[in-house]
Amino acid sequence: MSKKSIIETEQEIIDDFSLFDSWEDKYEYIIDLGKKLPLLEEQYKTEENKIKGCQSTVWLVASYRDGKVFFKADSDAVIVKGLVSMLITVLSGHQPDEIIAAKLDFIREIGMFTHLAQTRSNGLLAMIKQMKNYAIAYKTIQGIEQKQ
Amino acid sequence: MKAPNSIPQVLDVTSIRNQFPILNRRVKEKPLVYLDNAATSQKPRSVIDAISDYYTNYNANIHRGIHTLAEEATMAYEATRHTVQEFIGAAFPEEIIFTRGTTEGINLVAYTWGRQHIIPGDEILISAMEHHSNIVPWQILCEEKDAVLKIIPVNDHGELSMDAYLELLNERTKLVSIVQVSNALGTVNPVKEMISAAHKTGARVLVDGAQSAVHLDIDVQDLDCDFFAFSAHKVYGPTGIGVLYGKKELLDSMPVFQGGGEMIKEVTFEKTTYNDLPYKYEAGTPNIADTIAFKTALDFVKEIGKASIREHENNLLDYATAQLQQIPGLRIIGEAREKVSLVSFVIKGIHPQDIGIILDNMGIAVRTGHHCTQPLMKRFGISGTVRASFALYNTREEIDTLINGLQKAIKMLL
Repeated sequence: MSKKSIIETEQEIIDDFSLFDSWEDKYEYIIDLGKKLPLLEEQYKTEENKIKGCQSTVWLVASYRDGKVFFKADSDAVIVKGLVSMLITVLSGHQPDEIIAAKLDFIREIGMFTHLAQTRSNGLLAMIKQMKNYAIAYKTIQGIEQKQ
Repeated sequence: MKAPNSIPQVLDVTSIRNQFPILNRRVKEKPLVYLDNAATSQKPRSVIDAISDYYTNYNANIHRGIHTLAEEATMAYEATRHTVQEFIGAAFPEEIIFTRGTTEGINLVAYTWGRQHIIPGDEILISAMEHHSNIVPWQILCEEKDAVLKIIPVNDHGELSMDAYLELLNERTKLVSIVQVSNALGTVNPVKEMISAAHKTGARVLVDGAQSAVHLDIDVQDLDCDFFAFSAHKVYGPTGIGVLYGKKELLDSMPVFQGGGEMIKEVTFEKTTYNDLPYKYEAGTPNIADTIAFKTALDFVKEIGKASIREHENNLLDYATAQLQQIPGLRIIGEAREKVSLVSFVIKGIHPQDIGIILDNMGIAVRTGHHCTQPLMKRFGISGTVRASFALYNTREEIDTLINGLQKAIKMLL
């Protein structure tokens, strides 16, 4: 089975969230995702990989294999970690162009962290920007490789 | 500490709450519990109405117009200056300079008095519990002038070490800039003694009153501080307006800050002469509406009485502290003997931001993070805290809601 598109994965998350009746259920789900996200090895928790929000810290690592970008991340705050986990599920393993073009409407659609995405109190926006920056960087590499 | 069973009724909180329209709103379908008063306090109806009344009935530029509206606006604006003078016990109304807030007041001193007086090798003394607003302007000045920023250490209880302070003071110390009440810990610093000691070595003293002005009785003449800065929005007034108090002879001798209209006496292309105090430091059309409404806020505080407000807030603080101490894994950051109106804490294994997000979903507004005091957080080996800060309209029931909310957050997050 081929990998789902970014839009398909986003839709799955939206569908999952539509099943929750209460904010508690939604947050418990996100907290659970946060707790399940594989820990980033200590060697990657460097200043370089840090995306500093005002309150919580996110570390993001990217790699590039077979024309696809893969992400790993961690955070010191569990809710942000849950959000990171969702972003990784949606974006990791896709081609640079797909990641660059992703609108990530699910963030708004699941209707619970528009506020989180807008305040400077977490690194969420900065993280999305950084993921896209990695994609842009790998796209450049891709272009160079194709020319050779 | 044994938890008090009830809070004595010092204030008629129900009637006070009725004067704050925002307290009726719901957040996430729950009644708002507003415990972020150290960031900004809510505004009574009278303050909101004063802003609206100005724009509805007598909006005009001040000081220069000869028409009725300009005269009314000027009188209202200057009336605030007199009320502030009384509020902080200043000797003269012209010692009250209107600013955008505490931050601008501190910057004004750094850019004028600081540039005039600080020379290479001089020392500026601040404490380890300063807000970034009382760190960065001095760092900029020290870099520019090749001066040295020295730090008074904080002990484990969150109090300043007075011995260390006295040791740090020396003939090279030109300025001590110190917070009266810590926004992150609630500690009340003994500024009067500190000012007296600083003056003995010839240093000037600026007091950051952002947190203290609303809780403590301020008498700048009794304190004998050289400068005192605070903001209206933490005293039930509007945002964007604050005060820098300075001793008259100091303000008179200091260079100007911003140039423009209002601050001049006469302008020619060859030479401009400057206006007298306080206008010398009030270039441009000021924030007239908010300045006028600031008086309404101070009148509101005066009418209720600071002593009663403080007693009510102290009761809330004692109750909250006792309740919080019952929560396993909770550690209060800042256990000074003298504290006012706020409690900062961390919970083992949980990031403060996560607690803040969960509490927000229950309609409870607290502040989480480093509170713009990163060096202080580092001192305590933490990245941030959860801070609940109280005002005259808060109730014991709201603290119970906070405690229940925290228990729920811990259950969800751990």
